[in-house]
Amino acid sequence: MRQFFAFVVKEFRHIFRDRTTTAILLGLPVVMLTLFGFAITTEVRNTRFAVYDPSNDDTTRAIVERLAANEYFIRGPVLTDPSQIQGVFQRGEAGLVVVFSRDFQQKMATDGTAQIQLVADGSDPNTSRTLVVYATGVISAFALERMQASGVPFMISSEVRLLYNPSMKGAYNFVPGTMGMILLLICAMMTSISIAREKETGTMEVLLVSPVRPLQVILAKTVPYFVISVIDLATILLMSVYILDVPIVGSVPLLVGIALIYIFMALAMGILISSVANSQSTALLMSGMVLMLPVIMLSGMIFPIETMPRALQWLAQIVPARWFISAVRKVMIRGLGFDAVKNEIAVLSAMALFMIAASLRRHRTRLE
Amino acid sequence: MMTLKYLLEKEFKQFARNKFLPRMVIGFPFMSLLIFPLVANFDVKNLNLAVVDHDHSPYSRRLTHKTTASGYFRITDASGTYEQALTAIELDRADIILEIPAGFERDLVRDQTATVMVAANTVNGTRGGLGSAYLSGIVNDFAGEIRGEWLASAPRLVTPTFEIVPQYRFNPNLDYRVFMIPAIMVMMLTMVCGFLPALNIVQEKERGTMEQMNVTPVRRFTFILAKLIPYWVIGFVTLTICFGVAWMFYGMTPAGSLGTIYLFASAFILAISGLGLVISNYARTIQQGMFMMFFFVVTMILMGGLYTPVASMPGWAQTISDFLPLKYFIIVMRAVYLKGSDTAALLKPLAALSCFAVAFYAWAIVSYRKRT
Repeated sequence: MRQFFAFVVKEFRHIFRDRTTTAILLGLPVVMLTLFGFAITTEVRNTRFAVYDPSNDDTTRAIVERLAANEYFIRGPVLTDPSQIQGVFQRGEAGLVVVFSRDFQQKMATDGTAQIQLVADGSDPNTSRTLVVYATGVISAFALERMQASGVPFMISSEVRLLYNPSMKGAYNFVPGTMGMILLLICAMMTSISIAREKETGTMEVLLVSPVRPLQVILAKTVPYFVISVIDLATILLMSVYILDVPIVGSVPLLVGIALIYIFMALAMGILISSVANSQSTALLMSGMVLMLPVIMLSGMIFPIETMPRALQWLAQIVPARWFISAVRKVMIRGLGFDAVKNEIAVLSAMALFMIAASLRRHRTRLE
Repeated sequence: MMTLKYLLEKEFKQFARNKFLPRMVIGFPFMSLLIFPLVANFDVKNLNLAVVDHDHSPYSRRLTHKTTASGYFRITDASGTYEQALTAIELDRADIILEIPAGFERDLVRDQTATVMVAANTVNGTRGGLGSAYLSGIVNDFAGEIRGEWLASAPRLVTPTFEIVPQYRFNPNLDYRVFMIPAIMVMMLTMVCGFLPALNIVQEKERGTMEQMNVTPVRRFTFILAKLIPYWVIGFVTLTICFGVAWMFYGMTPAGSLGTIYLFASAFILAISGLGLVISNYARTIQQGMFMMFFFVVTMILMGGLYTPVASMPGWAQTISDFLPLKYFIIVMRAVYLKGSDTAALLKPLAALSCFAVAFYAWAIVSYRKRT
């Protein structure tokens, strides 16, 4: 035991003597969470819409007013010819063009219907679809009100309740995702150099001839980084509550417990990478660059897992961040209890054990 | 000139002898471009619907049937109470609840008006928001159908409605792949040409080979150029692999010319690798270099408009994004791939990318000191 503590002290000194690196390790997560917490959102707000209105009557003007009053849209250029639509999109002057048919009001009175075209710039499918759905909603609401006012029978109104995130803030979805990404990558990058560095500087030989057991080496190397990660976790949680305005609805101890398992798992993953790689730069490229892709793409951080093809949904199950992000969304945003996150906790714990076991197997007691 | 040639030979040999790097430069973009275009999908389809039908009438059943017929929803839960349906949402078995109150049909026929309740899980605002909008739309359509049936006998009572027709320019079927593939290409290029140079010089420092370099008569300009050119070549290899995979597996070729993309890519790679070398010059350990570059790469990927629109970020974040070379390059890639734009239409991004390239190259030279 004394041996173990001596080893831990050595590791602590190693890390904290390098002031710049320590500052980076403590500061980076905070800066990143703030930046991305505010910036990453698929909310579509303040989009300019252009209007082509050859009829220009009371009804069309009322519809344009309605759209302009909505928080999603800002009034943009008025077109005088449909051929201008292409140019408006190419120059990025508007995301949506509302095209009314000729003699709009008159057609409504005689035929009972008149056409509105919503032309969107489809090069960003997500944004354009959202814009069309929102604009359709605004126009339908307007039509509904008119019908109600004129006493049209057989109306069914839908009373809509938005659960967990009534103001539809993007941060509620993306802050748990960003937390999952930052913690995993930073923790793995921290430990991934530990053994690789000893190999590269030649001190590994000294370690191998000492009576310290492999498990002790691995655990002692994680302890100081675990301390740093816990500080990071605390700042991240405080930031999201007080700066990003994402409250912790559920139990704080449960959330912290899950996060600690996750951090331990990520550190163990870094150690595993470290024992596989034979140089620091390879280890860092594996943990920082190769690992970054599945974490951003397959964890459900930006792209919902439910809409992926089946095979990729299976692949996503082995990405640890997927389980953590899901658990954080459940506990932090939706306020669910232990029962709802049993699976996530079990999977993350199993992954942590696997990482430790695998690094022990990879840990050779002799140099090639 | 001879010096540059020998330096380049050294860099390429070092690269080729590394066990990990050449394999990564080939395999990484190949695998990513093969797999990830399928991932990126914000399509709101197959929403899991929990129906709570208190009415059990022909009308309520028709409405339920209409929701599944739309193709957006599949019914995964038919609970007796709202509380049970809420449990289904908590267990992620359902995304959205449709509650039809008792007396729905009676109210609709007698009072000619009725109400249904929609509750959506909006942790993911896009999914929840669009889902509830679709569901309300279906309910409205259903009301219109009923109205049509009842009023068929009294055609005088015409109700004026609007017909709303959506149209998507440049991408009429809203194919996500044409949106995603250029984004993944840019991401690959940023990672490969960003991380590798960031670790390069600092690695020489840590290994001590930098000392040897510093006592040679090699000029700073030549030294940095010899460090940059290999990444230029690597970047073009990466990009070409990306084009090949996109064409072979997804049948996607740019609407504009490949030459335009290579022209812009050469400026972009220079800018990103230049940034990497700047960081490498300032870092004292490999770890520091990696963490700093990691910060810039992730910032560019997440704030440059690859996956989420720049326009929905707050003003200060948009200002930051103006200083990210990636933002200009992704605009170019999407414009050339989808809209077939040519260089003349993209002069602004070209100017921006050239400025970044020159600035970072100059900075890399200035920040390289021959003293330790």
